[in-house]
Amino acid sequence: MKILTGNDLASGDVIWWAGDGWSRQVSDATDVGTHGDELARAEEAALRVVGAYVIDATRDEDGVRPAHIKDRIRAFGPTVRPDLVEQPTEADIGKWVI
Amino acid sequence: MYRYDSYDQAIVDARVEEFRDQTQRRLTGALTEDQFKPLRLMNGLYLQLHAYMLRVAIPYGTLSGKQMRKLGEIAGKYDKGYGHFTTRQNLQYNWIKLADAPDILAELAMVEMHAIQTSGNCIRNISSDQYAGVSADEVADPRPWAELLRQWSSFHPEFTYLPRKFKIAVIASDDDRAAMRLHDIGLKLVERDGVVGAEVYAGGGMGRTPMVAPLIRDFVAEDEIISYLEACLRVYNRYGRRDNKYKARIKILVHEIGVEEYKRQVEEEFAHMRALGLNPPVEELARIRDFFAAPAYESGLSEEIDRSDRAFALWVDRQVAAHKAPGYAIVNISLKPIDGIPGDASAEQMALVADLAETYSFDELRVTHAQNLVLPHVRKADLRAVWQKLVAAGLAEANLDLITDIIACPGLDYCALANARSIPLAQKIASRFAAAERQAEIGELKLKISGCINACGHHHAGHIGILGVDRRGVENFQLLLGGSGAEDASLGQITGPGFSEDGVVDAIEKVTDIYLAERESGERFLDTYRRIGMKPFKEAIYG
Repeated sequence: MKILTGNDLASGDVIWWAGDGWSRQVSDATDVGTHGDELARAEEAALRVVGAYVIDATRDEDGVRPAHIKDRIRAFGPTVRPDLVEQPTEADIGKWVI
Repeated sequence: MYRYDSYDQAIVDARVEEFRDQTQRRLTGALTEDQFKPLRLMNGLYLQLHAYMLRVAIPYGTLSGKQMRKLGEIAGKYDKGYGHFTTRQNLQYNWIKLADAPDILAELAMVEMHAIQTSGNCIRNISSDQYAGVSADEVADPRPWAELLRQWSSFHPEFTYLPRKFKIAVIASDDDRAAMRLHDIGLKLVERDGVVGAEVYAGGGMGRTPMVAPLIRDFVAEDEIISYLEACLRVYNRYGRRDNKYKARIKILVHEIGVEEYKRQVEEEFAHMRALGLNPPVEELARIRDFFAAPAYESGLSEEIDRSDRAFALWVDRQVAAHKAPGYAIVNISLKPIDGIPGDASAEQMALVADLAETYSFDELRVTHAQNLVLPHVRKADLRAVWQKLVAAGLAEANLDLITDIIACPGLDYCALANARSIPLAQKIASRFAAAERQAEIGELKLKISGCINACGHHHAGHIGILGVDRRGVENFQLLLGGSGAEDASLGQITGPGFSEDGVVDAIEKVTDIYLAERESGERFLDTYRRIGMKPFKEAIYG
């Protein structure tokens, strides 16, 4: 699947396109198909996102997983600061990144 | 320390208000990102992996207690409670909101700080020796020259849009603690027949094409340093390649046209510059130098240090360096706890270090390119009190220049350019070699890790260097041996095929085992490597 990500313009937070708006959880990301670039331009023009780009990802029973480690780290947070990550409750979430 | 005059303050205050307006226009859509990006970068604001990142300039790595306290306050108020000291003696905040950035710059301006010259193709923040002014072996304190260069280069209209970024270091000792020859221009202050001037090196740097800067002039008198640098920059600005950013640094120009031709062109330009009378008046350097006068050291102080506490004695032996004034010492504060993140300091730690500077070090601090801190003027009689406070704050690791004193860039945990994570690897290596006895047995070993070819972690200059690369989406690590950023500058050589994260830790252990087996009396790791060469290490690693 193709998903759209970027940073919130004002806060800089990593955000994921969730179909009807942006979410801070990658698990909410939806398949943008072939419309990602068009969506990115529109959302950037609407000042809701900066640096938006389309990435490859997969969906399974554990949720949405970006294909590249860089985007998994964006989704997860710094692997060396578990106290700051987006999903701190799952004990082995760090392995999801690698 | 240098203090702003009314011009400095007015410039910085005006810059804050200008950026406040630019930010507001971006947030309301009057500026597109393409329009805003160069403006925010000129104020040190990047868009990184997780958020905006603000890089704050710490000119030549010197700051006061008040400035350090402000850095800690900003970390607590606007970031997530910490900051990261970099290999360019600066500080980075990782979690900045765009809307807060103007307020942060305003708070920095209140303590005579800013984020100018921390990004863009300009002359970047000048770096220097963290022992400047307190080392017995220096010709002169290099910081007045560094400050003069800061004032000369700030908003210099001719050098604001260079082909690429430009880094200058100034030192004044034979011991190079600033990796001077790995800068675009390195100045080493020297004395010739009673006259102070500088040796000038040009065309050094790391990144994807590492080079050690060659000497291009063995002496420029101090009152002509500015015009000579103008000549160096002017030749680079005219002929540096703007068609390819990977070939745009001055090192490529010097390499492509040759050192002798570059020197010839600079001399020709210098002759022209001399006639223009562009050097600042000598009174200006004298005015600046007055700010760096030695503090009022007490006389008659004891040289004795009570070494009855073994842990304290070990810390003194490793972290304390000789000071030029009797009864005083230089204290190195490690930001490399074994399980920590190299260069990171919490808001509370920054506040504590600010207190220590004010109480024990004439209100002065230094940041090192190795991502540690320095209290430059501590009475030997106060060392124990300082150590006790550092212990309580988790800042008393005794590992200066040992294998766990690792330089590591933020890597893929934070950086949008990175290909691999540097910090977890640094933590694994530090953990493997954590035993104090083992570190002491190995002795001086500078290990440096970069998460990509841009080399912010100085891997080319590590006795052992590690470069993280991306192998089809998987982190992989190349190992280099034999680099040095010191006065014996050299570039490390790649051992061979790369490793996984665990594999490179094992390989380092094999490398240190070979060193311990082969070393001769008094040899550091680097000395043994240079004597016996790469072959035995390769055989141990890959055999």
